[in-house]
Amino acid sequence: MMYFSRLKTALVLGTCVLGALLCLPNLLPAPASWVPWRSIHLGLDLRGGSYLLLEVDMGAVIHERLDGLADAARQSLRRAGIVRFLVAAQPAQNRITARIDEADKLEAATTALRELAVNNSQGSGSRADIEVATEGDNTITLTLSPVALKQRATAAVQQSIEIVRRRIDETGVVDPQITRQGDSRIVVQLPGIEDPNRVKQLLGKTARMTFRLVAEDVNPAAPVPPPGVDFLSDESMAGGKIAVRRRVDVDGANLTDARAGQNSQTGEWVVNFTFDSVGTRRFADISRANVGHRFAIVLDDKVISAPVLREAITAGRGQISGHFDAKSATELAVLLRAGALPAPLTVVEERSVGPELGADAIRAGALSLAAGFVLVIVYMGVFYGMFGLFANVALLVNLVLLLALLSLFEATLTLPGMAGILLTLGMAVDANILINERIREEVRNGRTPLNAMETGFRRAFATIIDSNATAFLAHVMLFFFGAGPVRGFAVTITLGIVTSLFTATMLARLFMVRWYATNRPQTLPV
Amino acid sequence: MIFITPPLRPLLRIVADNTRIHFMRGRYLGLIFSAIFSTASVILFFYPGLNLGIDFAGGIIMEARTPGPADFPKLRLALAAQGVRESGVQRFGDDSTLAVRLEAQPTEAGTQVMVSKVRAALEEAQPGTRIVRTDAVGASVSAELFQKGMLALGLSLLMILFYIWFRFEWQFAVGAVVTLILDLTKAIGFLALTRFEFDLVMIGALLTILGYSTNDKVVVYDRMRENLRKYKTMPLRELIDLSINETLNRTLGTSMTVFLAALPLALFGGSTLSGFAWVMLFGIVVGTSSSIFIAAPILLFLGEHRLRRDAGSPAKPATKPA
Repeated sequence: MMYFSRLKTALVLGTCVLGALLCLPNLLPAPASWVPWRSIHLGLDLRGGSYLLLEVDMGAVIHERLDGLADAARQSLRRAGIVRFLVAAQPAQNRITARIDEADKLEAATTALRELAVNNSQGSGSRADIEVATEGDNTITLTLSPVALKQRATAAVQQSIEIVRRRIDETGVVDPQITRQGDSRIVVQLPGIEDPNRVKQLLGKTARMTFRLVAEDVNPAAPVPPPGVDFLSDESMAGGKIAVRRRVDVDGANLTDARAGQNSQTGEWVVNFTFDSVGTRRFADISRANVGHRFAIVLDDKVISAPVLREAITAGRGQISGHFDAKSATELAVLLRAGALPAPLTVVEERSVGPELGADAIRAGALSLAAGFVLVIVYMGVFYGMFGLFANVALLVNLVLLLALLSLFEATLTLPGMAGILLTLGMAVDANILINERIREEVRNGRTPLNAMETGFRRAFATIIDSNATAFLAHVMLFFFGAGPVRGFAVTITLGIVTSLFTATMLARLFMVRWYATNRPQTLPV
Repeated sequence: MIFITPPLRPLLRIVADNTRIHFMRGRYLGLIFSAIFSTASVILFFYPGLNLGIDFAGGIIMEARTPGPADFPKLRLALAAQGVRESGVQRFGDDSTLAVRLEAQPTEAGTQVMVSKVRAALEEAQPGTRIVRTDAVGASVSAELFQKGMLALGLSLLMILFYIWFRFEWQFAVGAVVTLILDLTKAIGFLALTRFEFDLVMIGALLTILGYSTNDKVVVYDRMRENLRKYKTMPLRELIDLSINETLNRTLGTSMTVFLAALPLALFGGSTLSGFAWVMLFGIVVGTSSSIFIAAPILLFLGEHRLRRDAGSPAKPATKPA
């Protein structure tokens, strides 16, 4: 073990130089765009910023899917010539039920619903993701399969991430990070934002806008709305209800643009919007057929305004007015441009840190790091002499290599991560202590210096591996189960264990070998 | 590379090379002390219990800096006026910094409402007040974080058990894991006593103590295994004493460096890290002493006859350890 070929020496030293080079991006700006320039990111707890954990309301996603399926079922049953039936959604069982009250048409109903199940499946491949079964003698159930539910959930989260990104981009936050976590959560990281209130407000609305006709023949004071009609609260009449048809004529998804502006005559704040071609055509048809009637602009189940259609609107442009001020008009425009969320989002965790607090944390961390480093170095020098100094140089290189790996992975350095670096340094020299003690023991057993070094390294190595392996495993666990800044701790410690194995056993050994070859001492300074 | 130097010898040793302390004479004492401390810790764990941080308990902590000295009565009134039921408004560090704590809210949405209310109340009571930190964790997330933290601890213990089992005889593995569990209970007792907040970072500290304490045990165990092969006829008790003495400088030295590294964190690490570092320091002391006074006696009890069973073969000269 005490022989280093030229190649091996070059490899060991090359690794150290490479490590130093990889650290450069943390100190200097990139010299050119083609140079890979990866650096360590500071965690939000150090640089200041906000971390939001959002939960997608999966109940709402499933509910909506079942409602859609129920609507489709009603239509196909009607098309099959069945008149007396009752379709209901049962979200708890992930299914809808259809009670057919015409015994002779049960067969036809089943056929129609089976057909619907095949056509309405959204999964890929041939496997139907809706299961059709009969229950009792007059009820048919359509159940969403677990696979279908999962696909639906995945799609909803994916779509939510996209919408969240668009909305946050509108706020001008620099460098936001939006990632998925688990089955139903989204992590939003906003560097430099210490008050995420505006972002939270923007994300707090699903912003689903629909254009529907007002059911003018229905009295909204009735206790229960008739089928196909909803009683929605009317924002323009404080607290009042308005009867609106459930059928959506044009959806907000058909908007291409929305801008806040002021009405040139009244000076009132409005939102001007433009439909895409599908929306334009549909709106033209609807408005032509309903001139003189009212239609409602509904946002998240609230009617913003319900104007009367004075003429057919064919240009695909429109204006929403409804007691806006500059702020709320701008916000609505932003939401409409970004699109609707497939389901409501709830903030389930928030962590915001102001930049000055982050700076305090960096100062505290750096001070501790420096002090700890000095203490360890002095200790090693005093208790292990020459070989202790080698260990100290190796320790310094270890720090460089650790920073290099963190840069290479573009890891996030958090405050606990800094603690991790410090602890790694404390543990890294443990390997050197084990080696030095072993060498000392071998010398006392009467071995020659070279032989003692050789044996010392070899025998200490198994112990070093065993003791580091367990610490490594423990922190890998922490990485997988931890969350937030503490993962930074796990990252620095695990990487530190890897680099310290290299520096303590390879680099320190190289120093000893070179030193021995140059000095040929009769006794070892142990 | 040129290293022409006079060989610099070590200036100090922790213990002399010929130290022969009969640790195993004190084995009952060690176990009794450990049992007492661990039992006390378990009691402390239930009463008064751990001071759960918001990672695990859920709730809200907001730290604010007021332009002048914080006017606490006024701030409390403003919070009450907003309908905020705080569970503490305290000075935090200096006169113009304060922390507001709220317990977990019944609903996730309620948590966010409270965050806005606290913000509004503070800004209104002392205009110019800035919220410098907000931690708001809902009930579902905190329950999950707690579960995952415990899972990480449990799985780590299992992995250590299997690793040591794989590398040593089972007596070693059982000895190590029993000792680790005793170490862990003491660290938890320390947490309960000092009222440091138990949060994810603390789980990190406990895992580090686990990993670190295992290191220490592996060093001693390695030597025992080596000596078991080397001295085929030496009674286990003497052999364990010999092994501990031979590795004493290592056990103490490795602990010392980690201790020195963690000490500045405890002193200057700031509110987030100092609790973490104190628990680390405590764990290092406990882990080091348990390697000698707990792990070794357990091995002595477990292995009195078994580890020596295959010692019937004639003594061979020392073979190299694995």
